[in-house]
Amino acid sequence: MAYKHLGKDFLPHDVVAKVTGEAKYAEDFRVEGMVFARLLNSPYPHARVRKIDASEALKMPGVLGILTADDVKNPPAPEQALLTNEPVYVGDPVLLVAAESETLAQDAIEQIKIDWEPLPFHVDALQSLHPDRPNARSDGNVGAGGVEFQTLKWTKEDFAAAEPGKMPMGKAAQEWAFGDLEATFAKCKLVYDESFVHGSNSHHSMEPRSAMAYWQNGKCFLHVSSQSQSFIVPALAGMIGIPPTDLHVIAEFCGGGFGSKGGAYALQALPALMSKKIGRPVMMRISRAEEYFNGSARNGFQGRVKLGFGENGKLLAADLYIVQENGGYNSFPDFRNAADALSMVYQPEAMRWRGMPVHGNSIRRSAQRGPGYNQLVHIIEPLLDKAARELKVDRLAIRLLNAPETRSPVGPKRTPVSSCYLKDALSKGAAQFNWEERKKLSGQRTGSKVIGVGMGQAYHPAGFNGFDGLLRIAPDGKLFIHSGVGNLGTFSHSSTSRVAAEVLKMDWEDCVVIRGDSRKHLPWNIGQFGSNTNYTMTRTNFVAATDAVNKLKEIAAKQFGGSPEGYEIDGKRVFSKASPGTGMTYAQAAQRAMQLGGKFDGHELPEDINPMTKASATALAGTGLIGVAKDKLPLDGAIAAYAVGFVQIELDLETGKYRILDYVGVADCGTVIHPAGLETQIKSGAIQGFGVAGLERIVYDPQNGLPASVGFYQAKPPTYGDIARVMQVSGVDKPDPTGALGTKGIGEPLLGCAAASLLCAISDALGGHVFNRTPVMPDMILNHAAGRAPSHRPLQANCQ
Amino acid sequence: MPKDMMPHFDLYQPDSLDAAVDLAARLGPDGWLLGAGQDSYDWFKNRTKRTPAVIELAGIAALKGVREHEGGLEIGALTTLTEIENDPLVQAKFQLLAQAAGRVASPQIRNAGTFGGNLCQDTRCWYYRYGVDCYRAGGNMCYADTPEGQNREHAIFGASRCVAVQPSDTANAVVALEGSMVIRSAKGERIVPASEFFVGPALNIKRMTVLEPGEILVAVRIPAKWAGATFYFEKVADRAVWDFALVSIAAAFRVDGERITESSLVCGAVECVPHRLKAVEAAIKGSPKNDETGERAGKLAVSGATPLNFNHFKIPLMENLVRRAIRGA
Repeated sequence: MAYKHLGKDFLPHDVVAKVTGEAKYAEDFRVEGMVFARLLNSPYPHARVRKIDASEALKMPGVLGILTADDVKNPPAPEQALLTNEPVYVGDPVLLVAAESETLAQDAIEQIKIDWEPLPFHVDALQSLHPDRPNARSDGNVGAGGVEFQTLKWTKEDFAAAEPGKMPMGKAAQEWAFGDLEATFAKCKLVYDESFVHGSNSHHSMEPRSAMAYWQNGKCFLHVSSQSQSFIVPALAGMIGIPPTDLHVIAEFCGGGFGSKGGAYALQALPALMSKKIGRPVMMRISRAEEYFNGSARNGFQGRVKLGFGENGKLLAADLYIVQENGGYNSFPDFRNAADALSMVYQPEAMRWRGMPVHGNSIRRSAQRGPGYNQLVHIIEPLLDKAARELKVDRLAIRLLNAPETRSPVGPKRTPVSSCYLKDALSKGAAQFNWEERKKLSGQRTGSKVIGVGMGQAYHPAGFNGFDGLLRIAPDGKLFIHSGVGNLGTFSHSSTSRVAAEVLKMDWEDCVVIRGDSRKHLPWNIGQFGSNTNYTMTRTNFVAATDAVNKLKEIAAKQFGGSPEGYEIDGKRVFSKASPGTGMTYAQAAQRAMQLGGKFDGHELPEDINPMTKASATALAGTGLIGVAKDKLPLDGAIAAYAVGFVQIELDLETGKYRILDYVGVADCGTVIHPAGLETQIKSGAIQGFGVAGLERIVYDPQNGLPASVGFYQAKPPTYGDIARVMQVSGVDKPDPTGALGTKGIGEPLLGCAAASLLCAISDALGGHVFNRTPVMPDMILNHAAGRAPSHRPLQANCQ
Repeated sequence: MPKDMMPHFDLYQPDSLDAAVDLAARLGPDGWLLGAGQDSYDWFKNRTKRTPAVIELAGIAALKGVREHEGGLEIGALTTLTEIENDPLVQAKFQLLAQAAGRVASPQIRNAGTFGGNLCQDTRCWYYRYGVDCYRAGGNMCYADTPEGQNREHAIFGASRCVAVQPSDTANAVVALEGSMVIRSAKGERIVPASEFFVGPALNIKRMTVLEPGEILVAVRIPAKWAGATFYFEKVADRAVWDFALVSIAAAFRVDGERITESSLVCGAVECVPHRLKAVEAAIKGSPKNDETGERAGKLAVSGATPLNFNHFKIPLMENLVRRAIRGA
């Protein structure tokens, strides 16, 4: 179908601001009387604060106040505390000091005396399940992502039962299964039982979590770094202890979040609480180093998987057990998402999953691009290649054989997916990469250098429903599209808004996207996370625009007679189908709507919209024609996105280093609504994936609980020298039947497929050796090539 | 732990070397010498090291530039790494140094970072940088050399209580080229061979160089000896840009026909000083410059290495780099 806007590139309005530096992030704002606040972070991985003596600090001229755990209302454990008297990782915020300058605030912190009681700690989740090992928290050790917070230890017998190098498997906190696992394994030709480790890595957000707050007339104005806009308001207001209507959130730009800034987080609330206490606007800047202490990281896995294949390479049975390290606080259900991914991407006949989310005395973990879904394919894809080699099946063929299709089931409830074109993506990518020819290069050696080729697949849910759309046709005929989704940096706040322009047949030049500040009357929208924006927000904008079209036609019918069905829209006019000359402009219709009042100009609103949308629409009432509706479009099945990557590397056996020669990425994201945006996503996802596969990890000294990766150069996100110089990208571009205009999300699997493809290529270059560990660092390759044992112990986590 | 909040200090910005020397003499250990600050600012911001006063050398023109000197070169300590990488004289005579300078950190850091700063920077042991009370910081233990220490980047040679390594890429090239350091103080000028400039923990566990308080590294002299020789430089790091070496090698060869008549090989990131391979140099003298000699030399190079838990990969890596340097690829 030919669209006016969809599938075409445009210049998102925030691009110029970012390139020129005009974009203002949270720490760029200044208000009269503003002061600065600095955090005192725990130097201990686990400790109790027995006493705080801030008397000397508070005597210093210019020091304005202190905020401690006793001043804030912390959520119930194990949610992240705002401030704590029992820190559970090095860097956990203990108190906040405000002063006239940042330097003074830091100087004051140095004068604060704390009586600490160091407590037992650990930085290895699996080991902490042993009955003789300490827990990370004094009130429980297990729980996250929907698993009840509890104390759950394995027995010594559980540990003794595991063969050397294999992960012990005691009682799980949560599990599910489908099919007859035992019988299905019994009929398998090839069975693997592999233990694995997936490293944890920082989000590396370029913009640290700085925030600034002030209060006026009882309302709190809060500048934050957030992926999301409307979605964070209720939770953030809760942390501050005020009704959502008393909180104004300003978050026009976000310098990267990658999942870690999807929801409200504790650091956002602290300046507001300090500002309230001292009666001054408060800026709390978080530095680069602090971001590595107070930011967050991907959940790491220690796990075991048993895979059973048929003779043709079909995965028949899978038994997956994941121990997830949550860090000190509640985290995301990566451990469960991983199971969904296995059930989806490989479609086993029978499967069991067991999960154990365990707290560790390390940095807070939160969702990171493809949480769990991606870790899973990083582990399984190289094993799939291993099976293909052993069964003498082509690596593309084994993926095509196992790949799901539209209506294939996912997860324990066997929910069908609304669309799946993974096979198309594989075939398209294989053709673009020239897999048939490239695979002949596998293992080709020149001196110490050897060629490796690999491919990877990934999956992620890709949309939600049930949120609201809100727009306004102004009396001058311009269209104002109100978006509460946020600005993750993908431009989808605008690319999804173009759906409204599409439905109303407007030129983009006549449209304005209103966003970034809750004072601008924004609707209730979900946040920018979970690869949902394309799907969710095209639906909300579709229903709001459809509501506006209906109102335009009703107004025309009232004006010129007949029924609304007798009218059509185009060229910023609503006119009679029978007599196109009879009609009115959008500007005239908007003016007429204001005269008519009621539902036409927002004075009467649908009952089913969210109170936030209702308040925003009420504020806009009387200023034009209001289109407002809740997304109640039909939804049939789970919404899912898929991506594949193909990569060729040249690995040097003498240095353990490899060069990524080129990369092909293909996305199944339904209708492509913004080609440039998709290209950026495929490429940036691949770069991030290369980092996860081969460079990035958090490291802790297990004796002292100290983090080693607390700077860019230590945490090692990839540089321009570490990535493929040639990248080809494309989309399958087949519409999802349930999306408003056929599109669905895509952001997250683009990382997973690239990381998996690289891990497969490394294995390929090493003659099929599978490390069962990410990232694969040069020292691991060197040790393998030299016939030396790896440095780390089997299943050792958070280490070098 | 890192704070990222620089405390106050007095800042001196002398515009002549004499003024800087006077200030250094007056302030002694309280006068922190600052090149471009790529290392210093980390210490200041993290408040792990403090100083009452900083002497910023950036305004002293005499400390900048590359000059011919007795058939070799004299390079001012404030010359940036980018300038060294691109300097026609350095490229013509000592490609080894140009390559080493060009592999330091990132283009942005090379544009600001100075030769002297790169040579005098402190070690990158993450424990030490974190601010723990280790031997090097005045305490009484090494956190890296422990049963569970995370010591992947640490030393396999020359440890003495401390297992940190020398992080400078250019230091290895300067030692391989048998350069010398020109040092000024109120007492006058002294010339120290590069091979003696860097010090290990056995000699002084709190310093990386012989520089005493009040002394300023003003220039590095590269003698004519190795001009136009056959060079080999390779740095293996996790990342292609903005990373410190896991192991590196800087080598210079004089070859007569196919045979090595003289050589100078230095490995980086394996010891707290640039690790000169004198035994290898002696063993390969007169041997053909080929893979066979390289293989033999590699094995010899790593003999006596004492790896820690996480860095034994440095043994095959160092062996391979020596082999590659000798065979020439």
